[in-house]
Amino acid sequence: MARILSILVGLFFTAGLTWSLLVGLFNFEMPHSVEKDFHKHPKELHLSSDGAFGKFDRQQLQRGFQVYKEVCSACHSLRLVAFRDLAALGYNEAEVKAIAKGFQVPGIDPATGEVNSRPGIATDYFPKPFANDIAARAANNNAIPPDLSLMTKARHDGPAYVYSLLTGYADPATYKNEQGKALPKENYPPATGHFNPYFANLNLAMAPPLTSEGQVQYGEGSPKPTVDQMARDVAAFLVWTAEPKLEKRKQTGWPVLGFLLFATILGFLAFKNVWADKKKKA
Amino acid sequence: MAEQAVTDTPETGAGDGVRRRDFINIAAVSAAGVGGLATLVPLISQMAPSADVLAASSTEIDISSIQPGQAIKAEFRKQPVFLRNLTPQEIAAAEAVPLSELRDPQTLKERTKEGKLNWLITMGVCTHLGCVPLGAGEGEVKGDFGGYFCPCHGSSYDTAARIRKGPAPLNLQVPEFEFTSDTVVKIG
Amino acid sequence: MSFPWANEYKPSHPFMQWMDEKLPVPRLVYNAVGAGYPVPRNLNYFWNFGFMALACLGIQIVTGIILAMHYAANGGVAFDSVEHIMRDVNWGWLMRYAHANGASAFFVVIYVHIFRGFFYSSYKAPREMVWLLGVVIFLLMMATGFLGYVLPWGQMSFWGAKVITGLFGAIPLVGEPLQQWLLGGFAPDNAALNRFFSLHYLLPFVIVGVVVLHIWALHIPGSSNPTGVEIKTESDTVPFYPYFIAKDGWTLGVFLFVFCAVLFFAPNMLGHPDNYIPANPMSTPAHIVPEWYFWPFYAILRAFTVNFFFIPAKLMGVMAMFGSILVWFFLPWLDKSPVRSGAYRPLFRKFFWFGLIPAMLVLFYCGGAPAEEPYVVLSQIAALYYFAHFLIILPLVSAVEKPEPLPYSITEAVLGHDENAKLANAG
Repeated sequence: MARILSILVGLFFTAGLTWSLLVGLFNFEMPHSVEKDFHKHPKELHLSSDGAFGKFDRQQLQRGFQVYKEVCSACHSLRLVAFRDLAALGYNEAEVKAIAKGFQVPGIDPATGEVNSRPGIATDYFPKPFANDIAARAANNNAIPPDLSLMTKARHDGPAYVYSLLTGYADPATYKNEQGKALPKENYPPATGHFNPYFANLNLAMAPPLTSEGQVQYGEGSPKPTVDQMARDVAAFLVWTAEPKLEKRKQTGWPVLGFLLFATILGFLAFKNVWADKKKKA
Repeated sequence: MAEQAVTDTPETGAGDGVRRRDFINIAAVSAAGVGGLATLVPLISQMAPSADVLAASSTEIDISSIQPGQAIKAEFRKQPVFLRNLTPQEIAAAEAVPLSELRDPQTLKERTKEGKLNWLITMGVCTHLGCVPLGAGEGEVKGDFGGYFCPCHGSSYDTAARIRKGPAPLNLQVPEFEFTSDTVVKIG
Repeated sequence: MSFPWANEYKPSHPFMQWMDEKLPVPRLVYNAVGAGYPVPRNLNYFWNFGFMALACLGIQIVTGIILAMHYAANGGVAFDSVEHIMRDVNWGWLMRYAHANGASAFFVVIYVHIFRGFFYSSYKAPREMVWLLGVVIFLLMMATGFLGYVLPWGQMSFWGAKVITGLFGAIPLVGEPLQQWLLGGFAPDNAALNRFFSLHYLLPFVIVGVVVLHIWALHIPGSSNPTGVEIKTESDTVPFYPYFIAKDGWTLGVFLFVFCAVLFFAPNMLGHPDNYIPANPMSTPAHIVPEWYFWPFYAILRAFTVNFFFIPAKLMGVMAMFGSILVWFFLPWLDKSPVRSGAYRPLFRKFFWFGLIPAMLVLFYCGGAPAEEPYVVLSQIAALYYFAHFLIILPLVSAVEKPEPLPYSITEAVLGHDENAKLANAG
């Protein structure tokens, strides 16, 4: 009885699936879209923070911060990062204070209670460039510039994606994909858009932010501020903003794994020891 | 386990073998114990103040608008701090008290910065059980000794915020502070 | 517990004797996971995953309680409170990554544990109750995992909550009001987040309770074993302590090593980048997927693409998704073969290795892939096999299969001979 019942239930589900399958096979069509044809995987990017022994290159982080401050911060917030956090980039207390002072953060007039702005202090978070989403939308052709704090964790291949996007703008009229195909005219970005094959729908609202060598003036002894170099540096900086504890995590990992290996080997020997009399075959 | 090891090694029969085998078992259990203890470190220290709380533990206050005889309440580490501009009379009253009469002997000089005897900066936290004493705000009772008065259990502090009467054991605590300029005090 | 040769608890210290009279917890422990519990001596390493699962539950509860000390269940601050944990709380990043990856580890371990049960028919009499309680634990784990994934209030959290509660919307008549009742609103918001947090905190302790019952029920007949032959004599068993404490102990070390390798060096490997974007009710991610441990069932849900007679495809999918787990409850009565272990069932073994396992792997893969061809057709084929396997093949196989000869006893399986077997034959 149980057997017949179960077979009936089984037939119900399998019949339903078979029906879906037949309809599916009849209409079978591999997905196809211009986005799929033209969307490119991010370029390779190697950062010193990569890998199990990865460490931040503090000079690079400072350069990346400079790029953020002078270019990106015009439109993009960094709301999860406080000025005090910048000490991890190798700035001393006075430098952190000076950086904070350079930013105007929202404040309240202590005498009148009116909303105003004041120079930042170390415990302040990076201020948002727009008062709210509506203002951000209005100033940017209806596209809100996303917050950058977690950007490299919020996208597949995070830092490589940021780097590719910044250096990947192309002219839709002359661009050819890997198969040598030109972009169909109807897929050209609208007047307010910008063609970028590293962006999922190929049409990015952000105009190319890094356009010329020396757009950001790096200090003595730094590499030449080419567009490529600035893009790398800001990608590295955003790895840090997304996970300031990355270095500590990796550094903690090794002793933990080392200890576990040691303890597991001891445990294995003890296990062999305990079972010594039970494992013998006659 | 010791028993086990003995029956395990009839062929060696040597005491050395027994000890070596015991040693491995004990070492394995000890390693597990050490690992367990090490794990406690993050589990316990996560409850200590976090980085943002510690970072906010210094605060700068503008004192230019406090007239002699006035006091303000400011916030320091989520607790009130009293900044009081003492009048010459209050200073004199504080200095007139012999140390032997005090429960927690301290001079006004010890409780203020050199040359700034009139700036009395103390935590607004009663040393009895942590209530906020009255006396900093305009029109608040200042107690029998003209300083601060804690309404919870009736502790009275004098014009140097020293405990004079009531259950509190100590003077109001003077936080670490410095004058970064003539009109700005950095507490913490 | 019921084996006459089991060691008896004999406290020697006067305090322990006093304790034994007043509150015999040490005796309970001794008989449950101590020298007083005889265990088949031939258990292979697949039998270590129950203990590992228990360790996972422990990790989740400890790290979870800690995270709850810093987390705030309010739509306005939930996302930021998680980032506060990651950035500012002492060792907060470790706690949070351990909890997120601990959930994945728990499911890895539990899937091995369940499929060990499938292969060795651990669900069969006299262990039906152990199995049923196990399926209840699995369902509770899924609920807890889902609720927990909503808490960080990222994009996947939000849309996961919306889609999963949307499943209840498929139920005829009561669907929509039921969904609104579950969410306390028309879409996931503070009300939903707060109750999800409350339930996410509650359910693990319910799981602990059912785990106690699961282990209790296990101790009535004793553990099964790879031969499926029941324990006959003392020589078939070894006491749990020290033998299986030692074995579980060192395999726990291996487990922790792998777990920590992921935790410290690839903690976001199993997560989805979209969950680092704060929840936004106005924009859906391009490709909504649940956590990896739901993928097989998500694939089954999506496999129904057209209405089946008068039953809408959506309802069909929801029924199949829940049915695909509920069917496990009936396993003890679907598989009637007198032989337990798949090692002695030639036909069953073929269906297990060349049917069920590949189907599960395909479902895993397709559940995480976008809802487009060829994944839809592949998941339809795999889901078809899945239902056929449990509801049609298993009952029929047990009717037609001729099992291979079983060893006389566990002792014979281990040592190659058993004195008692000769006596039995002579008799």
